Amino acid sequence: MKRTLQDDSHGRFAGLRVAITGGTSGLGLALVRELLGRGARLAFVARDRERVEGMAREHGRAHGIVGDISKKEEIHPIAMQIIGSLGGLDVLVNNASDLGPTPLALLADTDCEDFERALATNVLGPFRLTRALLGALAAAARDGRGAVVLNVSSDAAINAYPRWGAYGASKAALRHLSHTWNEELLAEGVSFLSLDPGDMDTPLHAVAVPDSDPATLKRPEAAAREFAEAIAAALPARSSRKACEGAAAVEVDAS
Amino acid sequence: MIAADQPAQRPPQAKLLVVDACGRIDHLPRSALADLLRPGDHVIANDAATLPASLHGDHVPTGARIEVRLAGRHSLAVDDVSNFSAVVFGAGDFRTRTEERPPPPRLAPGDRLALGPLSGTVERLLGHPRLVSLRFDGTPDAIRAGLARHGRPIQYAHVPAPLALWDVWTPIAGPPVAFEPPSAGFALDWRSIAAMRVRGVAFDTITHAAGISSTGDAELDRRLPFDEPYRIPEAAACAIRSTRAKGGRIIAIGTTVVRALEHAASGDGFVHGGEGLATQRIDAASRLRVVDALLTGIHEPDTSHYRLLRAFADEEVLQRAEVELEAHGYRTHEFGDSALIERKGWRAANAFGINSAEPGFTSQPA
Repeated sequence: MKRTLQDDSHGRFAGLRVAITGGTSGLGLALVRELLGRGARLAFVARDRERVEGMAREHGRAHGIVGDISKKEEIHPIAMQIIGSLGGLDVLVNNASDLGPTPLALLADTDCEDFERALATNVLGPFRLTRALLGALAAAARDGRGAVVLNVSSDAAINAYPRWGAYGASKAALRHLSHTWNEELLAEGVSFLSLDPGDMDTPLHAVAVPDSDPATLKRPEAAAREFAEAIAAALPARSSRKACEGAAAVEVDAS
Repeated sequence: MIAADQPAQRPPQAKLLVVDACGRIDHLPRSALADLLRPGDHVIANDAATLPASLHGDHVPTGARIEVRLAGRHSLAVDDVSNFSAVVFGAGDFRTRTEERPPPPRLAPGDRLALGPLSGTVERLLGHPRLVSLRFDGTPDAIRAGLARHGRPIQYAHVPAPLALWDVWTPIAGPPVAFEPPSAGFALDWRSIAAMRVRGVAFDTITHAAGISSTGDAELDRRLPFDEPYRIPEAAACAIRSTRAKGGRIIAIGTTVVRALEHAASGDGFVHGGEGLATQRIDAASRLRVVDALLTGIHEPDTSHYRLLRAFADEEVLQRAEVELEAHGYRTHEFGDSALIERKGWRAANAFGINSAEPGFTSQPA
């Protein structure tokens, strides 16, 4: 039974047009590989040109886009390349994140500039990119394909941990945005997910908690599988707009 | 009339001139647009996002500075971004009126163009010294990245500040295939789309690669609009046929939507989904088979855009509308005010505002 379910969710990704930010390391990289493996058409965004080009060479079917989502003037050029390369968009994963001060710092020791960078990357960037891509997402929903935005959240969005203040506050804001977007865009057919992948063995976690034992941490590949299942569950089972046969009949009568 | 010179898509004071099927004219705030629609109506907008289609660079054989404005493409296919038709200007930029721009150096097949991170070759001239077929070097992804980095929105001297992409993308913008914004769609926002839904008005989008509106050359301008590829989603085509079968009105947001829908219905009168290339001109001689009303910007009477309005209303009505626009200080061009024009004679008893009990809408027979 479990096997059948999994096969179904794999099938949901065939030809699905997916964009992932922060796609060259950690969870983003694992998601790129997971969704490519499930047959998705994929564009990923990251800041480092060499890593983007390396990834694009390694995964010939994925479109690599160099850009920084924390910068306002880069959002539309990124959006243009995402929609241009995929011909539309069904799923957006806002995964790129910034820790704020590194090493992590007490709020009282946090420089404003570090907090601003975390807000620009974790809140304003996903907000701007979602807005720029909303036309494409809503069009996919109207076409019966469904549309999902997955914002990667964190335990720190809900619980207050010393030294995680800048990151936690930014992720709390992103989580609230996700919920509000979801309420407002329900009627447009665009769903929003806010998911916490858990503590993973990723570069970001290594910077945040340098002395943690990787063996005790979740593999990003495991989180990527869970996220893929969550996206599949949020998409309509099949084309939800199938009124044409009926309309065609009316048309014949009328002509 | 005066040109709107600020890139504000939805200024709160935007005006709407309404011309109904009987030629009656009314003035409303544009924010009241949704109030004019009735359950069963169907609004269709163009969701094309606007490319940064103005590229500055060098004509390699002469070293002369040029501006290339991408102006047309064969299809909307994702990988079809190597080959464009393009209008080439000499040195200078949008701050000089298009009519006063110097011509480019003499262009010949095989000429190399260096356009920032992009490079390409003139394949051939298209019947005019300024109009060429241009082929970019590189993969589709590299061409898109080059356009994203180096391209700027095409703009004209009436807007003095340089435009950013966000200025020219409508709120519903999706596929980046338009060369200039499908600017009638600036009037839409997500609140108004939700308001339509609440009123029982259907909303769909098509994608139409809106071309350039002016080349600065009278001879070339007479060839506008160039051929424009479009795509109509099957679900939208199906819903449009259903609306028409039930007697609802098809309301096009922008002339590009008219061109696409009428082209798609040119065979048997029914709108079919899929991709097509709109080659036809729409003017006073055209019989509209699909579109019942058009929301459009305010444009000068000598443009190709204006010619299309003659398919909706008689010259006498358009001239009265022109007087009204002038008298009420409507603003022209892409960031200006709007007009909603209902097709003449179309089920006159149902026309906008006539015998209408809609509060807030009183007709003013001219």
